[in-house]
Amino acid sequence: MIKFFLMVNKQGQTRLSKYYEHVEINKRTLLETEVIKSCLSRSSEQCSFIEYKDFKLIYRQYAALFIVVGVNDTENEMAIYEFIHNFVEVLDEYFSRVSELDVSFFTSVSQVFHSTWQTQASPDQVLVLALEDDPTSV
Amino acid sequence: GTGLANPRRPRGPRRAVPCPARPGADPTAIMPAVSKGDGMRGLAVFISDIRNCKSKEAEIKRINKELANIRSKFKGDKALDGYSKKKYVCKLLFIFLLGHDIDFGHMEAVNLLSSNKYTEKQIGYLFISVLVNSNSELIRLINNAIKNDLASRNPTFMCLALHCIANVGSREMGEAFAADIPRILVAGDSMDSVKQSAALCLLRLSSTWRARTSALTCPSAPQGVVTAAVSLITCLCKKNPDDFKTCISLAVSRLSRIVSSASTDLQDYTYYFVPAPWLSVKLLRLLQCYPPPEDAAVKGRLVECLETVLNKAQEPPKSKKVQHSNAKNAILFETISLIIHYDSEPNLLVRACNQLGQFLQHRETNLRYLALESMCTLASSEFSHEAVKTHIDTVINALKTERDVSVRQRAADLLYAMCDRSNAKQIVSEMLRYLETADYAIREEIVLKVAILAEKYAVDYSWYVDTILNLIRIAGDYVSEEVWYRVLQIVTNRDDVQGYAAKTVFEALQAPACHENMVKVGGYILGEFGNLIAGDPRSSPPVQFSLLHSKFHLCSVATRALLLSTYIKFINLFPETKATIQGVLRAGSQLRNADVELQQRAVEYLTLSSVASTDVLATVLEEMPPFPERESSILAKLKRKKGPGAGSALDDGRRDPSSNDINGGVEPTPSTVSTPSPSADLLGLRAAPPPAAPPAPSGAGNLLVDVFSDGPAAQPGLGPSAEEAFLRFVCKNNGVLFENQLLQIGVKSEFRQNLGRMYLFYGNKTSVQFQNFSPTVVHPGDLQTHILSAWPGPLAPVDGGAQVQQVLNIECLRDFLTPPLLSVRFRYGGAPQSLTLKLPVTINKFFQPTEMAAQDFFQRWKQLSLPQQEAQKIFKANHPMDAEVTKAKLLGFGSALLDNVDPNPENFVGAGIIQTKALQVGCLLRLEPNAQAQMYRLTLRTSKEPVSRHLCELLAQQF
Repeated sequence: MIKFFLMVNKQGQTRLSKYYEHVEINKRTLLETEVIKSCLSRSSEQCSFIEYKDFKLIYRQYAALFIVVGVNDTENEMAIYEFIHNFVEVLDEYFSRVSELDVSFFTSVSQVFHSTWQTQASPDQVLVLALEDDPTSV
Repeated sequence: GTGLANPRRPRGPRRAVPCPARPGADPTAIMPAVSKGDGMRGLAVFISDIRNCKSKEAEIKRINKELANIRSKFKGDKALDGYSKKKYVCKLLFIFLLGHDIDFGHMEAVNLLSSNKYTEKQIGYLFISVLVNSNSELIRLINNAIKNDLASRNPTFMCLALHCIANVGSREMGEAFAADIPRILVAGDSMDSVKQSAALCLLRLSSTWRARTSALTCPSAPQGVVTAAVSLITCLCKKNPDDFKTCISLAVSRLSRIVSSASTDLQDYTYYFVPAPWLSVKLLRLLQCYPPPEDAAVKGRLVECLETVLNKAQEPPKSKKVQHSNAKNAILFETISLIIHYDSEPNLLVRACNQLGQFLQHRETNLRYLALESMCTLASSEFSHEAVKTHIDTVINALKTERDVSVRQRAADLLYAMCDRSNAKQIVSEMLRYLETADYAIREEIVLKVAILAEKYAVDYSWYVDTILNLIRIAGDYVSEEVWYRVLQIVTNRDDVQGYAAKTVFEALQAPACHENMVKVGGYILGEFGNLIAGDPRSSPPVQFSLLHSKFHLCSVATRALLLSTYIKFINLFPETKATIQGVLRAGSQLRNADVELQQRAVEYLTLSSVASTDVLATVLEEMPPFPERESSILAKLKRKKGPGAGSALDDGRRDPSSNDINGGVEPTPSTVSTPSPSADLLGLRAAPPPAAPPAPSGAGNLLVDVFSDGPAAQPGLGPSAEEAFLRFVCKNNGVLFENQLLQIGVKSEFRQNLGRMYLFYGNKTSVQFQNFSPTVVHPGDLQTHILSAWPGPLAPVDGGAQVQQVLNIECLRDFLTPPLLSVRFRYGGAPQSLTLKLPVTINKFFQPTEMAAQDFFQRWKQLSLPQQEAQKIFKANHPMDAEVTKAKLLGFGSALLDNVDPNPENFVGAGIIQTKALQVGCLLRLEPNAQAQMYRLTLRTSKEPVSRHLCELLAQQF
């Protein structure tokens, strides 16, 4: 089960957060700070999975942006790890060369996230679906 | 090479909220999806203005101006068109995202929902999702709009509505549409994208509140819908596995189609040449909700799939890209989890182990981590334990060389899991070596693991003692109380290691700087067993004392208190140290110590040593009796450390019982003491006293009924097993009186003349403290006039995994037939627990054995010749008839055994006096075994009629 999904930059600013369990707003900030702290402190030699309290963080870094997915212990780490990449590839196609700032405001990002996770198709296919969902984009 | 790799100018610190625009870019670019001519120029200008503001104040001013403008537009007489409404709502949303409160505009947003234009509807839903509040009137309107969209048959609108429900995810909304969403999901005419959204929406709702959804059939639909449906079914399966059993065969056939397909088949769902990796993972996970399929054909097909996945792992990769191998490995790891879950196919388990073995040396850290983690579960399967053990050297190497602490921790976990008697010494010594350099974060856990392994696999206890002392030496700060208590318990219980332990701690204490925990262990062991090494002049009593005392002043209060106890024990063990130690105790720093505990000990010990005679001192300071065997408290601590109690990061304030997913499960619901029924208990209790005995039984019965009716969940624990446990105590004084899933009660008792002392040990087998734990002794009927039992003080709290001792003083006033009852009440996890046990105190405990010659015996036997003075019983043997065992039981019963009295050497003859405060009862007994008939005849003669009969009953049940 995915608990939450975060996009946080190196300065610790949250660019996108999606929670799939209820978390109070003030606790979210704390959680996000701690999560990014534990990601930043890791080197590239370390594995991409962190045990954090009673769940696992799976993260990937793209330039200055960390994408972190919090899951419970029944989730397949490798599948999530690769899912993050699939998601980023889709974003890249969607925005044609995606940047951190595309992510900051544009609500379609979470749409793309859901499409990617829902369909889990290849990047091209997700893109087609994402665009289908958005008739104005044609 | 995505655009994210481009270096971006760091953003100024002023804005903490998301910046809406890209610096230097056309502001309209924030909405590239908006078609031309619909660009909301006003919004673009506003955003651009905000971005150009030089200060926070300017920004606020601009925002206030805009808010006033929007308010006047909304309040104006002129009806706004959809476009303007959308634009203003968008501005409000933007202002809200900048971190300002918005208190109007909700109505306009709700109006947008009923627009027929996609962009207007979308902005409306966006606003609702972000800014929904519990304004009941609005919710009604919103729900109405959603209902219309769900019924619209326009797939885009239906999706928007479904997404909104999922995003808001409130209970009210879920309930309002509980019927609509499943209908959309299973309707034949719904479009796939809508079905998908419906499935995910249900999944979202079911994880926030317990959705009672009608059973779903696995749609034989396109891949995307299946993926969404599988998530939903997996979630529902966990709640009601039986309702979804049919999905097993569907999942297997779907999986088999994917696994055996060529990489070109499922093109849209192929990720770097791997067909449908995420769906495969989900299907494999779904199967883990169930045991292996019962249908042989389905099972065969599934095993084939699993084998195919394992085979594919050995094939050369179809692509050099890391994405390819990652996706492939995701499936492989999930396959291995399923194989471990089934734990029934030795061949597959060993193959899985070999595959993981390859990953242990892989250059990707992620794979090494996951391989160690999976292997840990493989180690616990009997089929693959040996296969896992072959990788020991690689794992030890990982422990030494891995650069990532989390990987090292996995390696330590795996070593712990693969440890058995054959490799314990190697693993423990490697872990000890690792401990010297281990990360602080995992030291305590390693210490606990080493302590457990050393105890569990110790063949020779001197190795165990060495290991624990090494632990203290290397990582003293991380050695918790449980660990050093445990070593003391083991040394106390095993006399073969006591001398060695004393010698070793003595040597360890010689180190100039030794850890305080070492002083504690040393102080205790030398106090108990220092005499065993006192013969050696290098460790003579004065040397031992001055060594300990040299550490005294550097220690904490608790340790100093322990050392003071050691000193008084020294006075008993080594009278030659008395003067020195009394000098120490008498010193002002002790007698007038600011700490009450230390002061009290000093005063009391000093007085004890000067007032008490050697005999009294020897009795008071007798060697500690052995500790009762029970589950290691260290193990309990390790479980606690790993357990769910660790505290959840996400919203620990939440009390909703449905939300236990993120907490990793709840504590198991406590079950009350299992007993058939109260009436059965009564029978069980009545079995003990003789049926014709005077008033006590009926009185006891009445009182017990009262006990039962008292309290809501009073479920006393006097089942047959409790009765058996009670009977076992007739001939012995120590043992376990009661045990269930929560609690263990151990007993040690000693009796002298008409007095007795009983130590009750309450062991909490759970990981949480028992609340209001209060044992009381009940004397049914007028038993109080026959026997008195009382405890001197209150009981310490019974913490999770801990054991608490209670002392009970007993005085026998006159002969009695029924035992006092021990009633234990406490709360566990909120549920009241209650049990009533018979205290193992029977009249024979107050026996004084009496030796006498044959002549005397026969004389007394004749004196007790009245018919009511004799009780006789002929009974069948329940146990093998072994003379030695019988002898031990009779001695345990309390009487003396007299040889050469009975002309038949097969027979047993005993004599003794029962001591009560009021009177003494002389007893003679004769037991005649008949090995051929497997029968016994037991004859009791006492000076008091009920006593004869009672003793006869008690003793007859022992053979």
